[in-house]
Amino acid sequence: MFTESMLESIKKVEATRAERMKTEPRRMTAEEKQALLEQYHPDYRQEGFAEIKIGPNKGEKAPVELTGLLHSNSRLLNENIDLSKVDYDVDVLVIGGGGAGSSAAIEAHEAGANVMIVTKLRIGDANTMMAEGGIQAADKENDSPVQHYLDAFGGGHFAARPELLKRLVMEAPDAIRWLNDLGVMFDKDADGRMVTTHGGGTSRKRMHACKDYSGAEIMRTLRDEVINRKIPVVEFTSAVELIKDDKGQVAGAVLLNMETDDFLVAKAKTVIIATGGAGRLHYQNFPTSNHYGATADGLVLGYRAGAPLLYQDTIQYHPTGVAYPSQIFGALVTEKVRSLGAMLVNKDGEAYAHPLETRDVSASAIIRECANGKGVDTPLGSGVWLDTPMIEILGGEGTIEKRIPAMLRMYMNYGIDMRKQPILVYPTLHYQNGGLEIGGEGYTKAIPNLLVAGEAVGGIHGRNRLMGNSLLDIIVFGRNAGKAAARKAKETTLGAMNLDHVQAYAKELEAAGLATDSVSPMLLPQYARHER
Amino acid sequence: MENKVNVFFFGKRYEVPAELTIMTAMEYAGYTLKRGCGCRHGFCGACATIYRIKGQNELKTCLACQTQVQEGMYVASIPFFPTDKRTYDINDIKPNQQIMMELYPEIYSCIGCNACTKACTQDLDVMQYIAHAQRGEFEKCAELSFDCVGCGCCSVRCPAGISHPMVGVLARRLTGKYIAPETEHLKNRVAEINHGEYDELIEQIMQKPITEMKELYNNREIEK
Repeated sequence: MFTESMLESIKKVEATRAERMKTEPRRMTAEEKQALLEQYHPDYRQEGFAEIKIGPNKGEKAPVELTGLLHSNSRLLNENIDLSKVDYDVDVLVIGGGGAGSSAAIEAHEAGANVMIVTKLRIGDANTMMAEGGIQAADKENDSPVQHYLDAFGGGHFAARPELLKRLVMEAPDAIRWLNDLGVMFDKDADGRMVTTHGGGTSRKRMHACKDYSGAEIMRTLRDEVINRKIPVVEFTSAVELIKDDKGQVAGAVLLNMETDDFLVAKAKTVIIATGGAGRLHYQNFPTSNHYGATADGLVLGYRAGAPLLYQDTIQYHPTGVAYPSQIFGALVTEKVRSLGAMLVNKDGEAYAHPLETRDVSASAIIRECANGKGVDTPLGSGVWLDTPMIEILGGEGTIEKRIPAMLRMYMNYGIDMRKQPILVYPTLHYQNGGLEIGGEGYTKAIPNLLVAGEAVGGIHGRNRLMGNSLLDIIVFGRNAGKAAARKAKETTLGAMNLDHVQAYAKELEAAGLATDSVSPMLLPQYARHER
Repeated sequence: MENKVNVFFFGKRYEVPAELTIMTAMEYAGYTLKRGCGCRHGFCGACATIYRIKGQNELKTCLACQTQVQEGMYVASIPFFPTDKRTYDINDIKPNQQIMMELYPEIYSCIGCNACTKACTQDLDVMQYIAHAQRGEFEKCAELSFDCVGCGCCSVRCPAGISHPMVGVLARRLTGKYIAPETEHLKNRVAEINHGEYDELIEQIMQKPITEMKELYNNREIEK
């Protein structure tokens, strides 16, 4: 239920609605966007970043919290792990049980490899499951992979790695075909044509969706397929360090049973890091739309083993996180709400920007409105209106229930009917644009048999990501990594396994004056409150 | 002074702020969650929870991340429930009534008690989608089960031992793969790409200098 002052503001939103709906708000020029980003986007707040002092990206910046993890020691520094006692011995070890890891495992299995998934929580406890709005692919007649490339490259500030972006757009239609053949229920019309919409920054309507459970529908199908194939999935077990060999290859990982605290050794000819994002590090104190385990573990493992990061200093804040009520603070309000026509409106009822600017621009504009007293006060800060009743006016009564049922349900739990009243939103920490650097085949540049897929990769999207390109990248790069790892495993012979890089990293930290007791990866956020 | 309520986690009393969810209240009480916590936003079904308000008879089910605490709430989480998923090769099965009989015969033991529907944390008509599955009406089963997050509360309450979420997944995969109409434009585009029809164009755009890319991007036509 809204407070009195919120209800007062809603009256202004209602008063301007008819007039607002007559015209589409103007899109910003390139110069206007750049100025807005520099003034309001959190990536430009210097105090949010710190210099990395050791390792391949020494001298570059990363969010303070991530730098802290990179400046921490291994959990194994003072442990005596007997690597000769091997608990699991496989061709392909997939670390992470989200969309990328599951896609990789399915393709590695399809290629005949002995593959295993190890995951910190359960298979499917991942940001994939929470992706709502959709997945891009240029599969309609008025569209092309080249147009998709242009949209993504420009939206990412011309910083995407061309070889990665090429794969993303060229393999997108086949990714949709693969998912469709696995049984994912895409929204289609009676003739089988995909029901597609715009996302922020797209020039063609190429957003495919499964209502607003797009990621969930994809993830539960992939999970079902992994189980059908009897691919071993070791749950509640996290990888805490990569194992290397005397040839500079990766040779598996040391695992931690999250429930018993026992260490385990997994030996593997190839390793795929598919550990996802970092929202639970709460950069700059933002709430997050991410799942519980999103703590950048894979970045830490890879970096400590010598793999460089790329664009680790660029973070995506999704413009529309829940600002109110506090019980769901920071939860994602899918961009599809705007694709379906809802405008962003400030407390005076003004549509202050086009609703489908790219996410970084849209988030910055919300932060600007709130900073300039145009936001609506909430118990945890402030927010702007997302004028959801417009969707029912534009698409007809029932559109919200049919196209975005999860959103309707989430708000109804707290007595807010978004069909009748607008909702309050503020940016939420959503996605790490950066991650471990890979080449087109999915391999890290420093370690020949270490691959990365999904959100843990940096460089696919550049410095900002378009809606619907992440669900796409986990499928495209997950599948590729699985196939590549299966091939590579056949030609890989492992040498003597060791954890020497753990000691070397500790020495480097010490030499840089960063001797520390803190350890990483973080594994789980510290949310428990203790009075003493 | 903030408004507080008394809740009981596994029978033990804690005083917590009234605006918290069950999940955040457990953390406020000092729990570090490992099981029973996944997406924290109502999509993954990890935090299936059962509770009863002191003095009331009714046993309720919910997702801990989506439910606000109440005074006198007795809470137990169900972080794991042994639902029974049967395995199959999606390429070998067909969308006929026979497949449900083979894979999930227990659905025909449904006694119509509707406990599954009452237990559903997503307010789905679970018993009805099982009825559709019994009759081989996969599309209807898929539609009604579409918003299922697989928390398993329905299965916990089922006297017939049905693993409802698994039946829903099977119906949806059959629908998505076999029943939904084929997408011509997708098939065509995949074929075009495989025939190399975009190879040259994509190489060209990859080679363009940034200034030209900016020009193209800033002036591109946007579909209405």
